[in-house]
Amino acid sequence: MPTTLPIFSVLILLNVVVSVYLERKISAFIQDRLGPMEVGKWGLLQLVADLFKLIQKEDIVPAAADRWLFLLAPFVIFVAIFAGFAVLPLSPDWFGSTANVGVFFLMTVISVDVIGILMAGWGSNNKYALLGSVRAVAQIVSYEVPLGLSILCVVVTCQSLDLQEISFQQSIFSNTPNYLFGLKATGIDLTQTGGILTWNILRNPSLLIVYVIFFIATLAEANRAPFDLPEGESELIGGFNTEYSGMRWALLFLSEYAMMLLVAFLGAILFLGSWSSPFPNVGALRLADWTTGSPGTWAGNLWGVFWLVSKAGAAILVQMWVRWTFPRLRIDQLMYLCWKVLTPFALVLFMISAIWKLL
Amino acid sequence: MQLTNRSKEVSKKEMTFAERLYLPAIVSGLGITIKHFFAKKVTIRYPEVKRYLGPVFRGQHILKRDDEGRERCTACGLCAVACPAEAISMVAAERTKEEKHLYREEKYAAVYEVNMLRCIFCGLCEEACPKQAVYLRHDQFVPVFTEREGVVYGKDKLVEDMNARYNRDSWTKEEWSEKWKNERV
Repeated sequence: MPTTLPIFSVLILLNVVVSVYLERKISAFIQDRLGPMEVGKWGLLQLVADLFKLIQKEDIVPAAADRWLFLLAPFVIFVAIFAGFAVLPLSPDWFGSTANVGVFFLMTVISVDVIGILMAGWGSNNKYALLGSVRAVAQIVSYEVPLGLSILCVVVTCQSLDLQEISFQQSIFSNTPNYLFGLKATGIDLTQTGGILTWNILRNPSLLIVYVIFFIATLAEANRAPFDLPEGESELIGGFNTEYSGMRWALLFLSEYAMMLLVAFLGAILFLGSWSSPFPNVGALRLADWTTGSPGTWAGNLWGVFWLVSKAGAAILVQMWVRWTFPRLRIDQLMYLCWKVLTPFALVLFMISAIWKLL
Repeated sequence: MQLTNRSKEVSKKEMTFAERLYLPAIVSGLGITIKHFFAKKVTIRYPEVKRYLGPVFRGQHILKRDDEGRERCTACGLCAVACPAEAISMVAAERTKEEKHLYREEKYAAVYEVNMLRCIFCGLCEEACPKQAVYLRHDQFVPVFTEREGVVYGKDKLVEDMNARYNRDSWTKEEWSEKWKNERV
């Protein structure tokens, strides 16, 4: 069993604790409020109080619900998302499954999420829940197209489906030479320089735009605002989690935050240099070496985990920032954005990436 | 006619290319929220932090004493007459020789009661008083009632405590506008 999975399960729980607090604080600050302030210093214990409330709650199954679908759905959703973590690396020599089709596996397994959502919506026997889950499924299935295309751009740049291989290519341990902007013609060899210069977004500058598409698509995948139609509180109450209560609802909530974390990790690995340091070696200033450590040692592992987690954390903060800035899209605008904007752009960028690789 | 200069004219003209891209709008939107993120928060954490309400705020009634500690009220009843809510009632009594140090006038209020459920804190009693005896203090609320007992405030609660005399911190417009300067409105 890969040793990264226990780490990731701790990270998922930690992420929910920290993110819920941050979400409330960020939303409050953006709206010129203070957020939770009463429970503990700066409201730090608010989540503990919430958790106590959740544990006390009764696990209600509606009388008319399809009992087994209803009870199983949160687990299907969580397991689907949790399985995605299996292929993520943490540091140069600390990785999960070595499946050489890691990206493909990840894309496939998080699609199972859709089945769980549909089970929850259908099993609840509630029109709001069903509408919510139908919206969620339509949205996730559609957004997998631009998401897949944007990931394909990275795959074509790295010529690999293995996430650890993609990580290595962006680091100072790369066994293939890295040139400025991925162009051999520039003659500037950055293999030993590393840092941000060898991240995928700079190995192929068009990937910078691809990252934006990837980010938008993952927001939709994770049902985050402004794409949170499946939960649309104003018209659908809570969408597919309307009928859930207590710890089962908490599991749905946990899955939502785990999904945020997963896509943040995926974005960091595919585009932002994975576990490698953002500082390049400049002459005698061996910034990259100092902030990377050597693989196989404690320092190497800790630096790797530190960089990867902070990149993912930054992405989650941006997700929250976006959430509290924009209003929810209408369903037709959502589909328009997916099929008529993101997909064509992703296709063009895919072509550019493929050509860039040949240069 | 414009009342403020903040209104914007709305037009339904064709969107320009930059507008159709939406990206500038999205970026400026993110800019606005991040500006608010770091902005000073307007919340005043009420029960712990209380805001200065100004010298003209009308709170709990007080029956003033003069400098020698004698009650100023002479139980003329003008406040009770002026009161639109009929919240004030009093019983007058005549001062004896021994009570000269207690009451300023020959007649005084043996009982002076304000029914705080009736009172609307309009301040007409304050204006009616010829002896400058009754005031609504600016620094103290009448607390919320949870039961009917204690709704009627008697002299025990209303008469000024000589150890903590009440002073309005400004009387003229100039004075209080100076005080309000430091307050965020």
